[in-house]
Amino acid sequence: MSRTIDAVVSPTQTNTIPADISGQMLDLDEDDDLEVFSKDLTLADGNMFNASMPTSPGSMVNQCKFEEDEESDSKDIFITVDNPESHVTAIETFITYRVLTKTTRSEFDNSEYEVRRRYQDFLWLKGKLEDAHSTLIVHPLPEKFVVKGMVERFNGDFIETRRKALHKFLNRVADHPILSCSEDFKVFLSAQAWELTTYKKQGPGFLSRMGETVRAVANSVRGVKNRPEEFTAIQEYVEDFSNKIGSLDKVTQRIVKEQKEYLEELKEYGPTYTLWSGSEEELAEQLKGVAGCIERCCKETEEQVGHLSDTLVPVLHEYVLCAETLKAVLRRRDNIQAEFEAKNEALATKKVDRDAESSDLGFVWGSLLGKNPEEARHQRQERLDGEIEELKEEIDKLEDRVEWANNALKGDWGRWQRSMRGDLKSAFLSTAEKNVDYYEKCLAVWETFLLSQRTEPSEETDRDNTP
Amino acid sequence: MLSVSCLSALLLHTVCCLYIRFIFWLEILFIVAAPFSPSQIPLYTKCITRLKVILIFYILQGRTLILKDLKSHESLYLVCITQLERRMADAGNKESAPIGGDEFTNTELENNKNNTMVEEGSTLLRRMEISVAEAEKRTGKNTVNMQEIFTVYLIETRPIDAITEGHNPAPDSLWRRYSEFEILRNYLLVTYPFIVVPPLPEKRAEFVWHKLSADNMDPDFVERRRVGLENFLLRVASHSVLSNDKILYHFLTEEHRWKEVVHETGFQAKADSRIKALSATFRVKNPDKRFTEMKLYSDELQSLTSQLLRVRARVADRLYGVYKVHGNYGRVFSEWSALEKEMGDGLQSAGHHMDAYAASVDDMLEEEEHYADQLKEYLFYAEALRAVCRKHELTQYELETASSDLISKKQQREELATGMVRTFSFKGMTNKLFGQETPEQREAKLSLLEEQIVQGEETVTEKTVECEEYVKGAWVDMQRFKEQKDRDLREALIGYAVMQISMCKKGIQVWTNAKDCFHKM
Repeated sequence: MSRTIDAVVSPTQTNTIPADISGQMLDLDEDDDLEVFSKDLTLADGNMFNASMPTSPGSMVNQCKFEEDEESDSKDIFITVDNPESHVTAIETFITYRVLTKTTRSEFDNSEYEVRRRYQDFLWLKGKLEDAHSTLIVHPLPEKFVVKGMVERFNGDFIETRRKALHKFLNRVADHPILSCSEDFKVFLSAQAWELTTYKKQGPGFLSRMGETVRAVANSVRGVKNRPEEFTAIQEYVEDFSNKIGSLDKVTQRIVKEQKEYLEELKEYGPTYTLWSGSEEELAEQLKGVAGCIERCCKETEEQVGHLSDTLVPVLHEYVLCAETLKAVLRRRDNIQAEFEAKNEALATKKVDRDAESSDLGFVWGSLLGKNPEEARHQRQERLDGEIEELKEEIDKLEDRVEWANNALKGDWGRWQRSMRGDLKSAFLSTAEKNVDYYEKCLAVWETFLLSQRTEPSEETDRDNTP
Repeated sequence: MLSVSCLSALLLHTVCCLYIRFIFWLEILFIVAAPFSPSQIPLYTKCITRLKVILIFYILQGRTLILKDLKSHESLYLVCITQLERRMADAGNKESAPIGGDEFTNTELENNKNNTMVEEGSTLLRRMEISVAEAEKRTGKNTVNMQEIFTVYLIETRPIDAITEGHNPAPDSLWRRYSEFEILRNYLLVTYPFIVVPPLPEKRAEFVWHKLSADNMDPDFVERRRVGLENFLLRVASHSVLSNDKILYHFLTEEHRWKEVVHETGFQAKADSRIKALSATFRVKNPDKRFTEMKLYSDELQSLTSQLLRVRARVADRLYGVYKVHGNYGRVFSEWSALEKEMGDGLQSAGHHMDAYAASVDDMLEEEEHYADQLKEYLFYAEALRAVCRKHELTQYELETASSDLISKKQQREELATGMVRTFSFKGMTNKLFGQETPEQREAKLSLLEEQIVQGEETVTEKTVECEEYVKGAWVDMQRFKEQKDRDLREALIGYAVMQISMCKKGIQVWTNAKDCFHKM
C-alpha cells in the first residue's frame, strides 16, 4: 500500500516545496487542515506533542480511506539499510548501519538522506511509533541478542541477519499508510546523529512516563468486562497462531541443522570412492565418476541449506516476533477499553452518590460546623454534579478513543493478515522451488554418470564379438 | 541258489565297471583327439554331462575300487573338464553367472542369455535350479545342551531338464541353518585352497545405522541373509571347479547324512594351522611376485570397502533424519490450516505432501541396503583372496624348506665322504676332542644320509609340482575372480546411480506438488 503525501502545509514548519515534486501536489482544502488543528490533540494516545502532522484520529482514518481508493502502485520512498561498521568509544563498542533514503515526499526537505543509525536508535523509533499508535501493528525488530545460539554480538552472520531484519522493518514502516506519516519516522531517516540525540531528549518527562506505566498496569489488572466478540476471536487466533508459527520456526531450524550434519558426512563420502579408485584398474573410472557425482551433489546441498537459512528461517522468526507484537497490541486495546469502563463505573457510582440520601456522617459533620442541612446537601449535590459533568466529558473522550483504537486495530488487522499470508506464502513457495531445483540438478548429475556408463558396455561387447 | 545269484550279481557288477571304465577312457580320447571348433560345442556339452554321470556312478561304486585309482581318475577328469570349459569360454562369450541382473538393459540381457547357453552343462547350476526360498525359526538344544532359538533356511532344488521339458515338478527341499553353511564353506576352503571361495553373508549385523537393528532375529536381517545365502550357493554352483564337488551336491540334496559325510572327509584335520601360515608369510624367500601384489591388493580392498561401508552408513543415518523432520511440517501445517480461512486448503494439502516426503525415505534406504550388501560381499571376498595368496606362500615356503633341507643333507654327505669339514660343526669339534669315529659308524651314517637324500629329492620334486600346480590353478581363479569383481562392482555402482536418480525424481515430484499447494495459499 502506498500513498503520496504531499503539500501538507503546517504553520510550525516552513517547508520549502522542492521543485521536482510540484507536479505531484495534491490540493487539500485549507479548511481541512484547519479543521485538523482545531481538534483537541490530547485525544491522541500517549505523547504526540508534535502538532504539525495531521494526527487526529478521525481525519487520519478518513484520509486513509481516501488514499486506499487511489490504489497507486508507485512507491515514493525507498529505504536501504547496509554497510555495518563498528564504532569504538571509550565506554563501549557498537555497530552502526547506514540508512539511505530516497524519497519524493514533500514533508522531507531533501530527496536523499544518508545517516548512520545504531540498534538503539531503531528501538527508540519503534517505541515512539508504538506509543503514538498503540493499537497499530508495528513490524517487529530483530532481537537484542540470541541467547540460544550463543552468537557473538559482532559475529558476521549475526550482523548480516540483523541488517536484513532492520531493512525490512524500515520498509514495512514506510509502507504503512499511518506509521509512515510519523514525525519521529521522518526525523529518524533524516536527522544527523547529534540532531537525533537532541530530538530524543525532547520527549515527555520521566515522571509522566511513569504515570503512564502505572495507569497501564492498573488497567490490565482491572481487566476488560465487555470485550467485543471480534477481538476475542482475534485473541484466540493470535494464541494459536503464535504456537503454530513457533513450532514451524523450530522445525525449520531443526531441518537446517540436520541438513548441515548430512552435508558434513557427504563431504567425507565422495573422497572414499576416489581413494578406492586408486587401487583399481578397470573400475577406477566408474569409481571416480561416482565420487564426482557425490561432490557435485554436495555443492547443491550446500546451496540449498544456504537458501533455507536465508529465506525461510528469517521470515518464520519474524512472524514469531509478530505474534508477540500482536499480543501486546491486543493488550493495549484492552487497557484502553478497561480505562473507559473504569471511568464509566466511577460515573455510575457518583450518580448513585448524588441521588442517594446524604450519609449520616456528612450530616453530623455539617451540623457540627453549624451548617444548614439543606444547604449542605445542595452544596454536595452541586459539587457532585460538577464532578459528574467532568467525568462525562472525560468519558466522551475515552469513548472516542476506544472507538478509534478499535477501528485502527480492525483496519490494521486485515492489512496484517494480508501481508502475513503474502510473506509466508512467498517464503514457502521459494523454498519449494529451491528444493525442486536442487533435486533436478542432482538428477542431472546422476543421469549424466549413468549415460556415460551405458555407452561403455556396448563398446565392450562389440569388441568381443569380432573374432 | 543263493550262491549262483550272488555270483551272477558279482559278474554283472564287474562287467559294468569294466564297461564304464572303457567308455570313460574312450570319451577322454575322443575329446583330446577331436578338433575343437564352435560347431562342436553342443557335442562337448553332451560329453561333459555324460562324464559327470559316469563319475557319479563311479563314486557310488567307489568302494569297490582302490582309493588311489579313484583319485587319479577324478583329478584327470577334473582337469579335462576345466580345460574344456575354458576353451569353450574363450571361443564363446565371456563366462558370466547371471546373479542379480535386475538393472540390465535389453542388450545386456541378450548377452547374458548367450552366456548361459554356452554354459549349459558346464556347472551344477546349469543342471539344477537352486534357491533359498524361506526362513523359519526353530528351537533346539545347542552344543552345551541349552535351549536356543535359531533360524533355518529352506533350500529348494529342481533339475533343469525337467523344467525345459515342460514338466513342473515340485522342488526337492531341505532345511539348513547358518552354521551348516559355514561348515560347507570351511570344507571348500580346505579342499580347494587355490580357489577364491565365495563368502557367506555376515554372521552378525555390522555397519548398522540407527534405523537398522543389530539383532540377528530381526526379520529384515533374516531376509537379507536369506538372499546372501542364495547368492553364495549360486556362486559356488556356477564355479567351474567348485560346482563339481560331491560334498556340495550332498549339501543340496541330503538333509540328514550330510554332516557325517563331510566330517568323514576329515577336512578339519587338513586345515593349515594359523601359526604355520603366519610363519610362512614372514620366512618365505621367493614368493611369486604376482601373489605378493595380489595380497597387497586384497588388504587395500578390505580396508577401502570397510571404510566406504562405514561412511555410507553414517550418510544414510543423516539423510534419514532430514526426511523424518519434514514429517513435523505435515503435522503443524495440518493444525495451522484449521486456523486459517483462506490459506487452509493449501496448507492442508501441502502438509500431506510433507508426510509423504518423510515416509518415502524408508523404502529408499531399504533399497540402498542391497547396495551395501553387494559391497560387503566384496569386503569378505578380499579375505578369501588373501587366504589364497597366503596358501601360496605356505606351499612355496614348504618347497624352500625341503630344498634347503636337501642341500644341507647333501653337504653333510659330502663332508662325511671326503672327510673335509667345510663348515664349523659340533661333529668337527667332538672329532678333534674325542677322536674320529670308526669306519663302521661312518658307513652307517652315510647310508642313512643317502636314504634321507633320496627321500628328500622325492619330497622336493613333489613340492615343486605341488607349488607349480597351485600357482597355475590359483592364478587362473584369481583372474576369474578379478573379472567377476569388476563386473559385479560396476553393476553395483550403476545400480546405486539408478537408486539416486529414483530418489531425486521422487523429491522433484513431492516438492512440485507442495509448490502447487503453496500457490493455492
